Amino acid sequence: MLAKTIRTALFASALTVSSLAHAESVKIGFITTLTTPAAVIGEDMKNSVELALEHLDHKMGGRDVELIMEDDGFKPDVGKQKADKLVKQDNVDFVAGFIWSHVLLASANSVLKADKFLISANAGPSKIAGKRCHKNFFSTSWQNDQTPMAMGEHLNKQGVQSLYIMAPNYAAGKDMVAGVEKTFNGEVKGKDLTKWGADAQLDFSAELAKARSSGADALFVFYPGKAGGAFIKQYQQAGLRDEMPLYTVFTVDSIGLPKFQQGKLEGVLGSKMTQQWSPDMDNPANQKFVADYLKKHDKYPSFYGAQAYDSIMLIASAVKAVGGKLDDQDAVRAALKAADFASVRGKYTYGNNHMPIQNFYLREVVADADGRWTTKIVDTVYENHQDPYAADCTM
Amino acid sequence: MDWNLLITQLLNGVQLGLLLFLLAAGLTLIFGIMDFINLSHGSFYMIGAYFCGTIAAKSGSFLLGIIGGMAGVFMVGALVEWLIARKLYRSDHLDHVLVTFGLILIFDTSVHMIWGASGMAIPLPPFLDGQFTLGSLELPLYRLVIIAAGLLVAAFLYVLVSKTRLGMLIRAGASNRVMVEALGVNINRLFLVVFALGAMLAGLAGMLIAPITEASIGMGNDIIIIAFVVVIIGGIGSIKGAFYAALIMGLLDTLSRSYLDDVMKLFMTADYAETAAPALSAMLVYILMAAVLAFRPQGLFPPAGAK
Repeated sequence: MLAKTIRTALFASALTVSSLAHAESVKIGFITTLTTPAAVIGEDMKNSVELALEHLDHKMGGRDVELIMEDDGFKPDVGKQKADKLVKQDNVDFVAGFIWSHVLLASANSVLKADKFLISANAGPSKIAGKRCHKNFFSTSWQNDQTPMAMGEHLNKQGVQSLYIMAPNYAAGKDMVAGVEKTFNGEVKGKDLTKWGADAQLDFSAELAKARSSGADALFVFYPGKAGGAFIKQYQQAGLRDEMPLYTVFTVDSIGLPKFQQGKLEGVLGSKMTQQWSPDMDNPANQKFVADYLKKHDKYPSFYGAQAYDSIMLIASAVKAVGGKLDDQDAVRAALKAADFASVRGKYTYGNNHMPIQNFYLREVVADADGRWTTKIVDTVYENHQDPYAADCTM
Repeated sequence: MDWNLLITQLLNGVQLGLLLFLLAAGLTLIFGIMDFINLSHGSFYMIGAYFCGTIAAKSGSFLLGIIGGMAGVFMVGALVEWLIARKLYRSDHLDHVLVTFGLILIFDTSVHMIWGASGMAIPLPPFLDGQFTLGSLELPLYRLVIIAAGLLVAAFLYVLVSKTRLGMLIRAGASNRVMVEALGVNINRLFLVVFALGAMLAGLAGMLIAPITEASIGMGNDIIIIAFVVVIIGGIGSIKGAFYAALIMGLLDTLSRSYLDDVMKLFMTADYAETAAPALSAMLVYILMAAVLAFRPQGLFPPAGAK
């Protein structure tokens, strides 16, 4: 009897609390990968989102912010379930996050059909940039093809004549390959798409042997997360460094570098990649973000973190612009499209498909003043670059 | 035909096969002798890698890491048998699956709590980190070390199983467990040793692969399914079967990854071939298993007298 009374009381109070929260706070759902080895990426994004909220004092446009983190488990079907849960059960105002293109593609409709705003903090599949573009979709990262396109330009500049390509077999892997092939003028001597997902292939012996025997000038790879570390090690163990210089996108960054440094993989120092952001970028927003992140977590944030930080700041700028009144969707959309906030990559604008039009840089792995391995910008490859799929978007 | 490439790929296949053998050897014994389905066998593979990495980092010696790691996994294996598996031999397979699946979650979460989510890179000592060159053939030295270690363990198991008293009991257990028990053999001790030995071999496989792929949470869960396929193709309870089946799987996987896309390009567009080939090569092992089950359900080399 007593237990029942207590239970009823608890239930009632829980109801009041949640309805109060609903009335007052801006609700943001954030989907990323918090289990499986890819959780290192998710943790970096989570840290950055939390840092952004601290910098905002947990307020947007005068309203409190309620953040709901969800784990996609690196699986498209789970991502979709979580997206459904966020829009139906939690009734969030924004769904942000998404590391993986295949997870985003599976989840996008759940969010967009429910008339919510979807902010990708990483994944940029070509379909969502082109034919399936949507008025309520915005990205704080890039379209998948852009970064490898910048790398293709850099390879041309370096006089690389022929290339061997390796990437995982999923939506983003194919976009990355398409991107570098779009701009690279030389010959592609061969390519391998390897198994991806929670049981991804991590032993690249067969592929590296093929790359060696192809006789290509250089090797281009895209291996995000833990596969990147495994790849770099095997590349070094195979002794390919002198024969086939390595060019990467989204493979070498501050998620892997501390581990490489610990494992003394000196071969990664000096390796080059293209990216829209780097921890050494000289603007006040970035300096604050990187310095506070370093202080709090004793390591550099990754580009995933930078984009996640931006996604929260973008939402905050829109909520502020409409004075906290999120009911007026057109006004919120216009405010998001203005991208009127201090992005850690510096100012950027949105194209018709709501993908950023931004600069792409060449980064190099160096040791910082304290001896910590990080990346530094050495060149600007593209200025105000728009992705090639914007033309397919009829918005 | 590029002969250097072919030889390299054959060696790569053998290396993968021997790693699978290390995992499957323990699995097939535990399955064959105790009739116990141990889904968490892959967890021994994972903690082997973490033990080795931790000891190697503390002591600065990879070899010490391997030795200490093997001892550590042997103990964990013995503990799991003594505390958990022993109570389950008489229950049915569904209970085994449920309990050992729970064990996987416990092991994965423990590793997450102790070592964090980011995985562990294990540096190789310089004398293993180089390349082996023979004419125009160039191979990572460490891959040859794995092959050598795998063959050494296979030889050790061969001697153990066919020349020693323990091996005789193991073989007898795999053929007819009830009879061994009826003859008054201390079955508890036999099971404990076999279980811990199997765990240790799985741990060794994890230690050997970790310098290549890094140690990470759930690394054993990805490979344990393939190890089960090896056990089934080889014949449950048969070390010899596990050896041949593992080599077949290793070669099949590596060679299909290397050549299947070229073959498929002969009759479809390059685009389709590039996407379909990795998917098909991932499926081939299961297709082989289905074929074996259809035509030779007892496996390729079932233990003598097994039903």
